[in-house]
Amino acid sequence: MTDAAVLSVHGLRVSFSGRPVLKDVQFELAPGEFCALIGANGSGKTTLLKAILGLLRPEAGEVRIDAGASAARIGYVPQKISIDPYLPLRSRDVVALGLDGARWGWPLRSRVRDARVQEMLEAVGAMDLADRRVGQLSGGQQQRVLIAHALVRHPRLLLLDEPLANLDVRSTAEVVTLLRQLSLQYRTAVLLSAHDMNPLLPVIDRIVYLANCCAVSGKANDVIRTEVLSRLYGYHVDVVRVHGRVVVIAAHEPEEIRAALARDPVHTAEIP
Amino acid sequence: MFSDFMTNTWIVATLVAVVAGVVGFFVVVRRAAFAAHVLPLGAFPGAAAASLLGVSELAGIVVFSGLGVLGISQLQRWDRREVATALWLAVALALGTLFLSMTREYSQGLYALLFGEVLGVSSRAIVPVAVLSSIAIAMTALLFRPLLLDSLSPELAEAAGAASRWLELAFLAVLALATATALPVVGALMVFSLMVGPASAARMFSDRPGTALALTIGLSLATVWGSIALSYLSDWPVGFFVGTLAGLSYAAGRVTGVTGEGR
Repeated sequence: MTDAAVLSVHGLRVSFSGRPVLKDVQFELAPGEFCALIGANGSGKTTLLKAILGLLRPEAGEVRIDAGASAARIGYVPQKISIDPYLPLRSRDVVALGLDGARWGWPLRSRVRDARVQEMLEAVGAMDLADRRVGQLSGGQQQRVLIAHALVRHPRLLLLDEPLANLDVRSTAEVVTLLRQLSLQYRTAVLLSAHDMNPLLPVIDRIVYLANCCAVSGKANDVIRTEVLSRLYGYHVDVVRVHGRVVVIAAHEPEEIRAALARDPVHTAEIP
Repeated sequence: MFSDFMTNTWIVATLVAVVAGVVGFFVVVRRAAFAAHVLPLGAFPGAAAASLLGVSELAGIVVFSGLGVLGISQLQRWDRREVATALWLAVALALGTLFLSMTREYSQGLYALLFGEVLGVSSRAIVPVAVLSSIAIAMTALLFRPLLLDSLSPELAEAAGAASRWLELAFLAVLALATATALPVVGALMVFSLMVGPASAARMFSDRPGTALALTIGLSLATVWGSIALSYLSDWPVGFFVGTLAGLSYAAGRVTGVTGEGR
């Protein structure tokens, strides 16, 4: 028996003032799958995540989410947010807002509510941060608390926008390990965007690679290949492995850059 | 100080302190201090217009606060938050200048509107103030969690289904109601001090949202009651004490409360 996809994206097309950002994106995510969304800055990663969240209307195509029996549709951790250091919110308040932050009225404390917050703080290893002001935490610590906020209602799908940006090497490894472990523990499908795939390659089940407004998806070994990525980019790129790290480089400048260089001799004149 | 003449003053001032505390808490955590400055100042031309037309001053203030909410909210769709807020002030002050130029007997009333007239509140003023402040407090209680989530991160609020733009509009409306309540009593320049001072101090004393809100209300009451008593005793203006106590409570928060180095 195969599980129905938690997330399926079909023929997604999104444009901003006439300029296409995503042209024909499709991929699926199975329950519990751990997937990296890789692309350069400006390749449309945030746009894709926002379209999945339903925060922007696609021009064409559809996004289907099967939330199953879970009350929560999607857990979400936005790109680096700046929190006022004096904001009177402790980590446990932030997690509690993940339970019912959009509801009206005064929050009533209950044992069940407290227990769920406690459980989630333990799951992300942030018990020692529970009573600290969230605005005073380091980037990696805030990331843990925001992950707990996103997961406290046990959604079947978790989206994270560049959660590894601005983290040092150690925090990066910690957050990646934590996310992998949580996705196994709660059987949550995770879609995580990043511009560098290397810290993620050892743990991911699947990769969605965005370039040129399009996407290819599959197992990392099937996607991160010279011929696959060259077809996606529309010009030749080389996939190079150096000391266990993967780098994608353009063998030649793409046609439009070469044309621009030819038009403007100042740039070429500076190259010895 | 506690004569019959002063009873109305104490009642109205208490209502104003509570509503300014409740709304001021969110003014500070939502980084909306500029809007809290502009809405009251932009509402006083309404009072000038009302006196020209011979209608109730409070009605003029309510209408202009409402126009301010719609104006700022619409301008925010086109431009940055503080630019939108400032543009509304520019337009409102232009109208205020025009209205003031059309009337001659208004300078006394203008002074009261800018600096407050807390020592001469009539019993007729109590009912509208009570109604407006109850609505403002009820709306804030209703929106408590979404507003808190939105001040943590607008993206998180959006993703949870609480549209940031509507929250901002609702919050501006609450701010306008609080303005209309407090403006005739403490004056357009002092509404702002009362909304920003106690809240900015309270958030240093407590890291829990509920406690910080309760502390804000407490500090706001202390500021207003203290200012009236001191003004009565010294014959110095109420506004002087409101602003000074606002500054002092912030200083107390800095000295004794948690500071930025809480790691």
